[in-house]
Amino acid sequence: MSKLLPFARRARPVAPDHAAGTLRPSSSEKFISIEGIARRYPAPGGKTTTIFENLWLPMRRGEFVCMIGHSGCGKTTVLNILAGLEAPSEGVVIVDGQAIAGTSLDRAVIFQGHALLPWRSVLGNVAYAVSSRWRKASKAEVDARARKAIATVGLAGSEHKRPSELSGGMKQRVGIARALSIEPKILLMDEPFSALDALTRGTLQDEVRRICVETGQTVFMITHDVDEAIYLADRIVLMTNGPEAKVAEIVENPLPKDRDRAQLHHAPGYYALRNHLIDFLVTRSRTMRDAMPEGYDPRHPPVVRPSLSEADAAIAAGPPAKRA
Amino acid sequence: MQRSLSVRAGALSLTVLILILLGWQIAVSGTAKTEAMDPEYAALMGQTAITGRSAMPGPLDVGATIWKHLKDPFYDRGPNDKGIGIQLAYSIGRVALGYGLAVLVAIPVGFLIGMSPLMSRALDPFIQILKPVSPLAWMPLALHTIKDSSLSAIFVIFICSIWPMLINTVFGVAGTRREWLNVARTLEVGPIRRAFTVILPAAAPTILTGMRISIGIAWLVIVAAEMLVGGTGIGYFVWNEWNNLSITNVITSILVIGLVGMVLDQILARAQHLVTFPE
Repeated sequence: MSKLLPFARRARPVAPDHAAGTLRPSSSEKFISIEGIARRYPAPGGKTTTIFENLWLPMRRGEFVCMIGHSGCGKTTVLNILAGLEAPSEGVVIVDGQAIAGTSLDRAVIFQGHALLPWRSVLGNVAYAVSSRWRKASKAEVDARARKAIATVGLAGSEHKRPSELSGGMKQRVGIARALSIEPKILLMDEPFSALDALTRGTLQDEVRRICVETGQTVFMITHDVDEAIYLADRIVLMTNGPEAKVAEIVENPLPKDRDRAQLHHAPGYYALRNHLIDFLVTRSRTMRDAMPEGYDPRHPPVVRPSLSEADAAIAAGPPAKRA
Repeated sequence: MQRSLSVRAGALSLTVLILILLGWQIAVSGTAKTEAMDPEYAALMGQTAITGRSAMPGPLDVGATIWKHLKDPFYDRGPNDKGIGIQLAYSIGRVALGYGLAVLVAIPVGFLIGMSPLMSRALDPFIQILKPVSPLAWMPLALHTIKDSSLSAIFVIFICSIWPMLINTVFGVAGTRREWLNVARTLEVGPIRRAFTVILPAAAPTILTGMRISIGIAWLVIVAAEMLVGGTGIGYFVWNEWNNLSITNVITSILVIGLVGMVLDQILARAQHLVTFPE
């Protein structure tokens, strides 16, 4: 019966609900819909530890969503459930109108530790994914697709290198190429740049942003890095501390879609957004878990759009702000 | 620096070899005091008693014997007089058969056990008990059930070389990194393809280590087994030459056994190098 409920609910037209100043995407926009998932582990003494429960999150097609939260809030578990690597203890995830059961080539994962197969070359690693996607493709076709994906991440010329011969950033590029090569509907990234130095991280963020904007890729990404989330995301999901973590709120990124890294901190709304996120991580992620605000509905976590702060307003009004 | 080190090491090896040969020659070349004795008694006592010469052959005698064997390794003059090449071929053949069978059993079985934590746990006591049994302890059982001495020797090789390979295969397969398996899962790779494209390459270095340990044990055991079962093989050759009191041939065999063992080990070391991947 519980399996039928999500369907019944989705079939019902959703009335616009602007109560408490929240915006909610209409059902037609739900490309991915996380519906009431929970993850529990058995704890010593016959008890169970609940990492999170009753977690709801809709995502639109072509949207870049970042999830931020402290360690232990179950971010990686949410991603693994989306990938199908783990099953939720309760609830379902619906992608493109279908409840997911297990992993799928439609949902590519970029792993935190790149997870390249060290006995295969760069080309071999990407070709492995391509030949898994198109089982009957000829060797030449597999090769061509793999080379194209490698070129997209700027690694043309390194096709025959082994992962051990590559730097950390290049390895992660191969991981990105492997994920893109299978033309997934959704890209899932688990702190893909956290192990890289700041310079490499910046370059790779630029690359990922360019590729995702060009291809209109739907992306779900986990990060610890507030600036990374601001630069990349359309919406930022804030998780309270675990265990029993909740989606505290969904922050709409007010910055224009065509952001420029160099001018980002001059954009109106930047400081308001950044301060909002940092405030959350520093204090509210803890306080909110202990006492959720009145009227909090886990099904419809509040959607927040930080307003222009005074500092931002000054920048926006001032002549040097090119992107105002 | 690299080259000069290997040159120096080579020179040192050569010096050690010369010193050993020299010491050996000096040790056996002396003559002891002889006592006057009845000629008939002297004939029974042999060279050592009459001339005071050592019964131990010197390096030159051994060298001459090696040369004789090298010149004609494959002669066959009846059951007790075959060339050392033929004897070696018998031994290598037995090892190849027993070891080959062990590979065919240990790797697939190890794979299945390694993929299932339940099987791993359940079968571990059996492996742990059977592993330390001396291969030769199996011999009477093998002779009793198989009733063929040559096949029994092969069985003993099989049973002694299976354990290191089995244990290492289980260990290697069970130790395949979770992230590599997750890659295969997200790419919807089927179980057979996953076994061959992810688990096998990941476990190959560990498996090869087990195979290398096994071949060493197999070669150790074949000599002892052939001494017991007799008939043919390098082990039987050693025992036969001991019965002939031909210490020269015994020493020659020791050198040959060592050489073949080294070659077998090196072949697997090469194979191991081929499947090892840098991280």
